[in-house]
Amino acid sequence: MIRLLSVRLLQAILVMVAVTAIAFVMFRFVGDPVASMVREGATQAEKDAVRVALGLDKPVLAQFVKFVGQVLTGDLGTSYRYQQPVTTLLLSRLPATLELVIVATVLALSLGIPLGVLCALKPHAFFSRLTQSATLVGISMPTFVTGLLLILVFAVNLRWLPSSGRGDLVDIGFWQTGFLSLSGLKSLILPSITLALFQLTLIMRLVRSEMIDVLSSDYIRFAFARGLPRTYIYGRLALRNALMPVVTVTGLQIGQLIAFAIVTETVFQWPGMGLLFTNAVGYPDVPVLAAYLLFVGFLFVMINMIVDILYTFIDPRLRTR
Amino acid sequence: MKTSIKTLLTGLALLAPLPAPAFAETLRWASSGDVISYDPNAQVDSFTQSVHHMVFDPLVRRNKDLKLEPALATSWEVVEPTRWRFKLRQGVKFHEGQPFNADDVVATIQRQIDPGARNRENLSTVVGVEKVDEYTVDLILRAPYPLLLNDLAAIYIMSKPWMEEHDALKPGNASTGVVTYASNHANGTGAFKLKAYEPDSRSVFEVNKEWWDKPQHNLDEVEFRPIASDATRVAALLSGEVDMIAPVPLQDVDRIAATDGLKVVENPSLRTIFFVFSYRPELHATPGQPNPLRDVRVRQALWQAIDTNTIQKRLMRGKSRTAGMLVAPAVTGYDEDIDVPLPYDVAKAKALLAEAGYPDGFKTGLACPNDRYIADEQICLAVASMWAQIGVQANVSVESKTTYFPRTDKGEFDIYLLGWASLPPMDGFSPLQALLATNDGTFGGSNADGLSNPEIDKLAYAASTELDETKRVEDLKQAFRITHDQVLYLPLHQQPVAWAMNSKVDMPQFPDEYVRPWFAQIKK
Amino acid sequence: MATQSLMRRLPPVSVVIASLVLVVMLVLVIFAPMIAPMDPRDVASYSLMDMEIPPVFMEGGDSRFLLGTDNQGRDLVSVILFGLRISVVIGLGAVVFAAVLGVVLGLVAGFFGGVVDSIVMRIADIFVSFPTILVALLISGIARAQLSAETMLAWAPLVLIFSIAINEWVQYARTVRASTMVEIARDYVRAAKVIGLPSTRIMGRHILPNIMSSVMVIATINLAGAILTEATLSFLGAGMPPTYPSLGTLIRIGNQFLFSGLWWIAVMPATVLVILVLAVNVIGDYLRDHFNPKLMAR
Repeated sequence: MIRLLSVRLLQAILVMVAVTAIAFVMFRFVGDPVASMVREGATQAEKDAVRVALGLDKPVLAQFVKFVGQVLTGDLGTSYRYQQPVTTLLLSRLPATLELVIVATVLALSLGIPLGVLCALKPHAFFSRLTQSATLVGISMPTFVTGLLLILVFAVNLRWLPSSGRGDLVDIGFWQTGFLSLSGLKSLILPSITLALFQLTLIMRLVRSEMIDVLSSDYIRFAFARGLPRTYIYGRLALRNALMPVVTVTGLQIGQLIAFAIVTETVFQWPGMGLLFTNAVGYPDVPVLAAYLLFVGFLFVMINMIVDILYTFIDPRLRTR
Repeated sequence: MKTSIKTLLTGLALLAPLPAPAFAETLRWASSGDVISYDPNAQVDSFTQSVHHMVFDPLVRRNKDLKLEPALATSWEVVEPTRWRFKLRQGVKFHEGQPFNADDVVATIQRQIDPGARNRENLSTVVGVEKVDEYTVDLILRAPYPLLLNDLAAIYIMSKPWMEEHDALKPGNASTGVVTYASNHANGTGAFKLKAYEPDSRSVFEVNKEWWDKPQHNLDEVEFRPIASDATRVAALLSGEVDMIAPVPLQDVDRIAATDGLKVVENPSLRTIFFVFSYRPELHATPGQPNPLRDVRVRQALWQAIDTNTIQKRLMRGKSRTAGMLVAPAVTGYDEDIDVPLPYDVAKAKALLAEAGYPDGFKTGLACPNDRYIADEQICLAVASMWAQIGVQANVSVESKTTYFPRTDKGEFDIYLLGWASLPPMDGFSPLQALLATNDGTFGGSNADGLSNPEIDKLAYAASTELDETKRVEDLKQAFRITHDQVLYLPLHQQPVAWAMNSKVDMPQFPDEYVRPWFAQIKK
Repeated sequence: MATQSLMRRLPPVSVVIASLVLVVMLVLVIFAPMIAPMDPRDVASYSLMDMEIPPVFMEGGDSRFLLGTDNQGRDLVSVILFGLRISVVIGLGAVVFAAVLGVVLGLVAGFFGGVVDSIVMRIADIFVSFPTILVALLISGIARAQLSAETMLAWAPLVLIFSIAINEWVQYARTVRASTMVEIARDYVRAAKVIGLPSTRIMGRHILPNIMSSVMVIATINLAGAILTEATLSFLGAGMPPTYPSLGTLIRIGNQFLFSGLWWIAVMPATVLVILVLAVNVIGDYLRDHFNPKLMAR
C-alpha cells in the first residue's frame, strides 16, 4: 500500500516536472512581450534594453534553469502587465473563479441529480423525453453563444440582471466574496448558469444511466421481491449506488470547469483567473501565463492522484495492478 | 468594494448628526482598456496615463482646448538653453495631507529619469534636476529642446515623503522585479482621490475637496470599470449599469443614439491611420525580384486606387476624417495645404503602374492587426479588393496585435497598416523622429523597413534642437511636404473617437481620446 | 410481435432526421465551391457597397444575398458554406488524428504491458493534466507567434487539428488499452502468440476488429466536442483567421454586431453550428446506447 502511494506520488512529481518544462517552452514562444512594453516610437536601443532587463537575450537553457529555480522557491515572478507579484495576482483572482465554479457545481448537482433520477424512473414520460432532448441541445450550444443569449435577454432586454462584473464585494480577511451583497449575488446568476449548463447535462445523463443500470441489477430486484417500500429502494438503495461515479466525475470535472471558466469569464468580464489568463495571452504577460498553467496542471495532477488513490481504497481489485 | 465599511458608515451617519452628502453624483464609466498600474513610471500605456491624470497633476497641463497651461508650476523661464527654471504653486496639498514643494518635484523627476523607469524616454532630454528654493526648481537638459513643456504635461508629480514612507522612491519595473506600494496606491494632488483599485474589475475615485483648482465638475465619485468585449460594454450601457462607455463601437452608434436617454458624442481623433511601405530591395511576396514599392509612381498608383470616399462612408460610417498627411489638424506641424489626399482615379493608377513597368500589376503582402484600430481588418480587406482592380494582388494577412507589432519591428511585412497619434507631445516631431527619419539607433525607432531620405534626416535633426518655434514648425512642414510628394507613407484617415453616455451626463470630448472627468457635469 | 421487434430495430425518428441533416451538410460541404454564389477567399469578388444587407425575407433584403451580407459585403450563404466546410474538416481531422494516435498507443501499451505501458500511460497523464481548450489556446498561440502570417494562413487548419487532437487521444488510448488487456487474455490471442504470429499482425488482425465499435462510438461523440472546441477557439480569436473563416470565426465577427440590430451576421452561422453539433450528438447518443451502453455518459 505504501509502495503504491509512493509510486503514485513519484509519478505525480514527474508529471509536474514535465508540466513545468512544457510551461516554460510554450511561453518562450508564445509571442514577444517587448513590443507591448515600450512606448510608441521607441528606439531600437530602448527595445534592446527591455529585452536585456527581462533576460530574454540569454540562452534558452539558462532561462529555463532560472525559471525552475524561481518556481522551486515559490517565486513565480512579476507580471509584465500589472507590475505585481504573480502569486499575489493569482491569489486575488482565485475567489472570483472559485465562487463561480462552486455555484455552478451546486447548480449542476441540485438540478442534474433529480432530473436524472426522473428520466431513469420514467424513461418514456413526456417530461423525461423533453428533458433529454433539451440537454442534448444544451451540450450542442457553445458556451459563448449561451452566455451572449443570456446577456441579450436578461441584461439588455429585461434589465433584470447585470451583464458583467462581480458587483459589490465584501472583504472577509484575505477573501473578497460576492455572496454577501445583493448585487454580488445577482451578478453571479448569469455566469454560473452559463458555466453550469454543460456539467448539468453531464451529471443528468450519468445519473440516468447509472440508475437504469442499478435498477436492473439483481439486488434491486430482490429488494422489490422482498416487498421493501419503493421510496426506500429508489432513494436509499438505488440512488446511493448510482451516486458513486457521479461524485468522482464531479470531482474530476472541477478542473475542467476552472478551465472552461476562461470562456465564461471572458464573455461576462468576470474578474477571475480565466480573465487574467485571456488578458495575459493578448499582452503577452509571460509570467502570468506560466503561473496559470502551473496552477491548473498542479490542480489536475492532484485531483487525478486523489481519485486514483480513493479508487484503490474502494476497489481492492485494483491493488494488485 | 468594502460594503461592510460603507454600511457601517451609513449607520453611523444615521446615528450622528453628520452632514451626509445629499446629492452624491457618481459617474460610472467603462472603457475597453484597464489601468494596469497606478505607478506613473512603471508602464507606457497611454490609457493608464490618461486615468492617472484624475489623481495626479503635472507641472503644466492641457486645458479644454488642449493648449498648455500652468498647473503645479505657475511660471517658467529658460535661464540658459539647457536650463529651465520653474516657479511652483504654493499652498497645494497631496491627498494624504503632505504639502507640495520643490522636494516633491525633484524626487519625481529623479524617479522619472531613473534607468529603471519604464517610461524614462518620455522625458529623455532631461539629465538633472536642482532645487533652487522651497518653490523653485531647475531642470537641466542634455541639449536645447523645444518640446520640454509638451513632455512635462505627461509627468505626474508624486509626494516625496509618501514615497519615502512606502519605500517607493524607485519606480516599479517588472523586468527588474521591483514592485512598489505605488503600483496599487496613489497619492497625488489631482481633482480625485483613488479610493479602491481592483485590476480587471474597477477603480473607484472620490472628489478631492481640497483641490487647489476651482472644480469645473459636479461629481462626488467616479467609478471606472474595464470591459474589454465590445458587445458586453455596449450591453452594460444599454442595461444602465454604467453611465458612459468609451469607446463605443461604430456599428452601435446609430442604435445607441436612437435609444431614449442615451446619446453619442463623436469627433475625429488625433490617431492617423496609414499604410507603411517596405523599401527593402525585395518584397517578401516576390523574392528574387526588385521591390516595385521603391518606385514613387507605384506608390502613387496604390494611393489613387483607394476609394477613400467609400471607406469613409461605409466602413467608417461617415465618422472618420480622410487624411492626406500623417498628423491631425490639432498637432503642431499640420498644414492644410499638405493634407490633400491624391484623388481616387483607377485609370490614372493603371497608367502610373504601366509607366513604372508593371502594366499587369504585381504581388505583395498586406498585413493588418484585427484588434488595434477601428475596423482595421475590414480596411485591409477592402483595400485589397480595391487594389485588385488595378491588378495588384495583395495577400491579406490579419492577426492579433500581440504577434503583429513584433513583426512590424522586424520588418516582416511588405505593406502594413499603422496608426500614429503623436501623443503625448501632440507635435509633428513625433512621427518625424520615429517614422520618417532613417533608423540609426537614435531616430527612426519605428522605421524598420529601410526608408531613408537624407533631406528628411537633416530636417529631423535640425528640428530636434531648434528653439525658434516658427523655424521649427517650418522644418516639420517641409518634412511632411516631402513625405506627401514622395508618398513615403499612404495616409488614410483620422479614426473617430466615439463615446456613448446617459443623456444626463455632459462630458467634453478631446481628440487625444483622454477621458477628463474633471470637466464632467451630471444634470440633476 | 414481429412488427414490434422490427420497430425496435429501427432507429428513432430523431436519429433518422439527424442522419439526413448530416448527409445534406456533407454534400453541401463537399460541393461548396460549386454551390456557393461566390468565393469568400477571393477579395476581388465582393465590395463594400454591399455591406450589411439584411436577409431576403427582411425589408431591404437583396435577392442576390439569400441570408444577407456581413460587415465586409460578403454573401452570408457563401461564407457559411465555406465556414461549415472548414469546421467539418477540422472536426473530422482532429477526431481521426486523435483516434489513430490513441488506438496505436493504446494497443501498444495494452499488448506489451510493463515499462511500455507505464511510459505511455504517464504521457497520457501529462496530457490530461491540461484541459483541451487551454492546450489548444497555447499551441495555436505559439504557432501564430512563430509562423509568419502568410504561412499561418495556409497552416491554420492543421495547427487547429493538431492542437485539438493532442489532448483527445488519451481517451482512445485508455479505452483501447483496457480492451486489449481483456482480449489478450483470451485463448485465441494466446494461440496466435504460440504459433508465432508477429505482434503487429495479432494486434491488427485480431485485437483491433474487436475494439473498433467502442472506438467508433467515442469518435462520434468526440466529433461534436472537436467542432465546438474549434468554434470556441475561433471565437476567442485563436482559431481560423477572418480571411479564411470557420463558423466560430463568423460568430466572433457577428458578435460585434449583435446589439447593433445586425443580428443575422452572428445568428445565421450560430444556428448552422448548433444544428451541425446537435445532429452529431443525436447520432452519437444513439450509437452509444445501442452499441456500448457502458461507456461513460458524456
